[in-house]
Formats: sequence, C-alpha cells, structure tokens
Amino acid sequence: MFAAGCRELQAGSLCSPENHMTTRWTRKDLLGLRELSAEEINFVLETADAFKQVGTREIKKVPALRGKTLVNFFVEPSTRTRTSFELAAFRLSADVINISATTSSLTKGETLKDTARNLEALHADILVLRHSSAGAPQFLANRLKASVINAGDGAHEHPTQALLDLYTIREHRGKIAGLHVAIIGDILFSRVARSNIFGLLKLGARVTLVGPSTLVPREFEKLGVEVSYKIDDVLPKADVVNLLRIQHERQRREYFPGLGEYIRLFGLTKERAKLLKPDCLIMHPGPINRGVEIDSEVADGLQSVILDQVTNGLAVRMAVLYLCGGIAA
Amino acid sequence: MFAARCRELPASSLCSPDMSALIIRNGRVIDPANKREEIADLYIANGRIVGSKHEIRDPKSEIEQIDAKGLIVAPGLIDMHVHLREPGFSHKETIESGERAAAAGGFTTVVCMPNTSPAADSPSTIAWIKDRAEDVACVNVMPTGAISKNLAGEELAPIGSLAQAGVVAITDDGHCIQNHEVMRRAVEYARMVGVPVLDHCQDYNLVGNGVVHEGYWSTLLGLPGWPAAGEEAIVMRNILLAELCDHPIHCQHLTTAGSVQLLREARARGVKITGEVCPHHIALTEEAIQNFDTNYKVNPPLRSQTDVDALLEGIADGTLSILCSDHAPHADFEKEVEFDAAPFGIIGLETELGLFLDLLVHKYGKIDIARLIEMYTIEPARLLKIGAGTLSIGARADVTLIDPELEWKVGVDEFESASRNCPFDGWKLKGRAVRTIVGGKTVWKL
Repeated sequence: MFAAGCRELQAGSLCSPENHMTTRWTRKDLLGLRELSAEEINFVLETADAFKQVGTREIKKVPALRGKTLVNFFVEPSTRTRTSFELAAFRLSADVINISATTSSLTKGETLKDTARNLEALHADILVLRHSSAGAPQFLANRLKASVINAGDGAHEHPTQALLDLYTIREHRGKIAGLHVAIIGDILFSRVARSNIFGLLKLGARVTLVGPSTLVPREFEKLGVEVSYKIDDVLPKADVVNLLRIQHERQRREYFPGLGEYIRLFGLTKERAKLLKPDCLIMHPGPINRGVEIDSEVADGLQSVILDQVTNGLAVRMAVLYLCGGIAA
Repeated sequence: MFAARCRELPASSLCSPDMSALIIRNGRVIDPANKREEIADLYIANGRIVGSKHEIRDPKSEIEQIDAKGLIVAPGLIDMHVHLREPGFSHKETIESGERAAAAGGFTTVVCMPNTSPAADSPSTIAWIKDRAEDVACVNVMPTGAISKNLAGEELAPIGSLAQAGVVAITDDGHCIQNHEVMRRAVEYARMVGVPVLDHCQDYNLVGNGVVHEGYWSTLLGLPGWPAAGEEAIVMRNILLAELCDHPIHCQHLTTAGSVQLLREARARGVKITGEVCPHHIALTEEAIQNFDTNYKVNPPLRSQTDVDALLEGIADGTLSILCSDHAPHADFEKEVEFDAAPFGIIGLETELGLFLDLLVHKYGKIDIARLIEMYTIEPARLLKIGAGTLSIGARADVTLIDPELEWKVGVDEFESASRNCPFDGWKLKGRAVRTIVGGKTVWKL
C-alpha cells in the first residue's frame, strides 16, 4: 500500500518508505513534540514537503491509507483542527468518522477508556483525539493498539499545530536554527505555546515569551526560553511573532483586568507592527480575535502568513497520519 | 470525656482479650513512653502487659512463646490518618479490608476520617462505624467526626455529641473550612468538649482546580498547578487560631518547606500546633507525574525536592512529629481515567512503615528507629489523648514486632486492602513489621 502511495507521490523522501519507517520513524502515536528528537521533527517536515506537492495537483488524493479507518474523536469543540485532519485523511484515502463530545457516550457516563476500546473493537486504525484534559492522548496510547494522534490536550500539547508552525517558518525563512521567535499572549493555558516551545528549542531557535505576568509565569524560563513583559522591547528583535488567541471567554477575570488594558499592553496594533523587522513573519494559530491580540490590518498585511499556516496544516497532518498509520499497520 | 473514652477502649477493640498468656522473648523492647530500650522479654496475660512471668496467673493455660531475637518489640503502631471508606464507599475499601491492611502494615490502631457517605457528622454514624468495627475489624478503629455538617464548612456539626459518641478528634479532612470565623468557633467549641482539631490545609481560592504542584512540571505539562501557598495560608491561619483559642490544631499531611518553617516558629513560641507527614511526600517528588499516571495524583500534591528536603529536616528536628499514611483507597475504574478527572489519593497502610524505615532511618539517617516509633505511638496518642502506644504494665497488649533489616519488595497484588492504587509496586524496601498483636492476640504475621 505504501509502495503504491509512493509511486503516486513521486517524491524523493517517500520513495523507499520501508527504509525510512524503520530508521527514521518508529512511533505509532504522536503525543507531543517534547518526546520527539530534532531528527524526527525534521523528518515529519520533509515528509510534509512531499504531501504539500500533492495538494497542488489536479487530483489531490493518494491511496496511502486506503482501507484504513480514522476516527476524529473531539471531546472538546474544534472546527479548524478537526476539518484539517478530516481533509488530510480524505486525501490519504482513509475512511473517516467524526465523533464529538455531544454525540459520544461520554455524556452518558461512559469512561474515555471504554469509549476508545469500543472504537478499537470496530477496528479503528487511527484515533485523532482532542480533549480538555492534559495527558488524555497518552492515556489512550498506552492502552490501544491503534495510533493515537494528539489534536490538542488541555494546556499540554498540540503537536500538529506546532509542526505546521515550524513548517511555515522553515518555508518562508529556509531554516529554524538561529531565528528569534516571540510567542505572545496567553502562554499559561496554551498547548500551542508549549508544543511550539519544545519544537523551536529542539531545532535551535531562540524563544521569547511575552504576555501578562499572570499568563506568562517566570517558571517558563526553566524550560529554556526567555520571558518578557515588554512587547515593545521584543518586537524589533523578532524574526517571527506568533500571536496566541486571548481566550477571554474562558479566562477567569483575575488573570488580567480587561481586554482594553490587554490591547494597550500586548496587542499587536498597527503602530506596534512598525517596530517589526521588515521580514518578520506574523503568525497566529486561529481563530483570530481581530482588534484584540492583533489589529485587523496587521492580520491581513504582507508579513502575515496566517493562511499559509492553514494550508501547511493539511500537508503536515497528512505526513503525521501517513507516518503513524504506517507504524500501526 | 477523655476518661470515658479511655474506659471504652478495651470494649471497642474487636478482638476479645486473649485469656491465654504470651511471652515475647529476646526482642529489643523499645517503649518510648517509658523511655525504655533494652533486650528483654515481654510478658502478656489476659490481653494486657504484665511485669513478669510470675504474673501470668493461670499456669495451667498454655503459654505461647515468640522468639523475637533480632526484632524490635514496639508498642502497637497508630496511624492517625486513614480512610476506611465505610459507610458509603465499600467498593473502595471496607472497615474489614482496611483493618486487615492495617494489621499487615504493623498497625494496631487506626484513626479513620469522616468523609464517608453519609459524612461522619452525627453520633449515629459514629455508632455505626464503631459497631461495624467491633464486628469485623481485627485492630482498634477510632473514628473522627466532622467539624462541619456534611463537611460543607458552613455550620458546625454536633461536636459535643460526636465526642460523647466516641470520636477522638474532629476534622473535615478532604475538605477545609474556608471561613476563618467558622473555624475559630469550631476550635473554641472543641476546646470545651476536649477534642483536638485536625485540619486538611487547603485554601480553595489559591488552589483553584489545581491537581499537581505548581512548579516546573505543572508548567511543562500544562496541568493546573496547586501552589505551596495554598497550604501555607491555611497553616498560618491554624497557627493564629490555635494561639487565639489556646487549643491544639493538628495540620494534616503537610508538604511544603513554608509549612515546616511556619510550624517551627510557632512551636518554638509554644503554640499548640502539630503536623504530620505521609511517606509519599518524602519518597516522591512532582517529577513522578510526568507520565500522567494517576497513582501519583494525591492531595496535597507531590512537591519539589526543596520541599522534600525541608520535610526531612522538619522530621529530624521534631517540627513534624507524627507519621501517617493518608490511606486513600480508590477502585481501579475510578483511577483509570483522565488525570484531571481522577480522584486524589493512594493507599498506604501496607507500605508506610517500610517506606519510613527505609528512607528516614536507613537511607537518610534523619531519625533513629526509637524516634520513628515515637512518631507512630506516643506522639499521636498524646495528641488524641488515647491510652494506646505504650508497653506500660497494665496497658492493653497491642504490640508490633518489626524487623528493621528485612529487605522486601512491595507487591500490590499481595495487599490486604481492597484497592490497588499504590505507586510503590515493585519498590525494594528495608524494614517492615513482621507480626501485629492486638490485645495479646496475633492478628497478622508475615
């Protein structure tokens, strides 16, 4: 099957998958970037290069996962990530089922373990899990034969988001090592921030976290990043700024006084954007709060690569499903 | 009231006094209450300690002899912090299984917490627990009563009636009274009634939905943090109230360097404040949670190495005076869920003595074995004003034989407890109880 997929792809990095599988990718699950080596991360990005080409063809589908069943198991609401995984699976010719919190038996009191074991009894091959509890994907990965792909667990990790961020940076800047990346906003509750931190540091970037002290505790410095509460000092030095969504609908009031003050202190306004280097990339995992963490014009401006991130997300997720699905087989 | 409780003690024991006689020969008798430490024989008759062989009155009855050469002969150990889960949660543990676990851990007396269902906030529930213990348990069960009705922290439970029903202390363990005024009145009232107050120290606002120590690993894993200050704020509150009300408050399962420092200063100026330590809080650090294994999810959480070091110093200098398990059984299906969703707590009765001997005495040399026995006998007995924890002549013959050098391996499948939520499976430990004697009768031996 993979050989067939490979012929279709005609892409150098995928031409002898058996060799690559055994030597460069050995994981049935993708739980987070913390556990991956730099080599493994680069291998996913290289694999995504090949899949990105597929997306530009007239026929955007390869048979790599034909006959496989992928379950999108989203215990926490998501549109963007779920759709991206769904489309990635379609393009790999997998059969896809979507289960959300409201349609699953979790609402009837079934445990996560039992729900997942039921899915496995139906011979699901790949389980893509979004869950509000940190560690939930690992919990299932330890118990299931199926591949488990973490699509975001609590404030822990969102590995495919970080991989697509890395891919986008590499695509525009040609490298990761040596770049200075500022991640701005709610870091404490952000799984995107954590996965980005792990991935960027492994690939040799310098990372500065910026945001209110309540949402960017100094403890993060122990992970090997810098922490700053002065955005105007950081912006002129950054090669990439990655703005995180301010989740004001979920945030307890005491973390910061209000959106007005947040914008004043940390919003990427038009005026602030002038501080950026001309080639600095502006990124955002979405969905954007226009006028909060980023001004509308800046989000749509020339430095913004926000929609490239979405496009690249598809290629990266195809790569992840292809690699992990191959191991589970 | 205290006298009444003491008189009740033999009757509340489940094992009727053994009328035959027992001689424990050649053991190293350590009886901190009498400042005694010597190689000697211990004589027991009619369920009580007697002074000499001649006092074994019925010469016709068979005299059982135990060779305790190489063993320590200690007063029966007391664990003043266990959850026996009955009434209400017998799928986790029963009084019967919990008591078998206690005996297998070397404990002759356990003090059980009131967070049952219904909560132990009424004399009838206390009576039920005592009756049940009398029917099924092989060691002494001493219930605590709730401080507040239904452990809700709002209205006082009938503390006087609970004391008359035989509770040895009041506590809302598992919960913490947040309203300092309610706590103050509870302590004042407890002083009149003559029962000590035990407190689970947790400031709900500071802790929020925290599940692990707020620090490096909570930051790395994105798990909600439980800050040290959430414990220390309530320890400070308790120090102030113990001083204001001139009545003992005992801080349960302390975990932080700040708590140790607060207690050290307060005790130095004579405040009636005490603290206890659980083995997992010195055997493990926050690092243990990194694989999201819920058998490391405890409340308060596993802390940093700095905190562990401070606890060890607090034990060494006497600031922390009581050892206990916080034995908290949960069924597999309850623990085998997402980390956030899992209940807090691990079982400890069958591993605590081994862990403390191994770590405090052998590995770190923080205390000697005599002090360890004190912390499991006269320290809790003095606080709770119970007539246990001594080998005085005339005392009930509750005795624990300990082999301090015995190397053994923890095996959860061999536990007497009905639950298996223990993170120490497979640990190799040095030192353990080898025989547990209650009222002169062996209730468990290795």
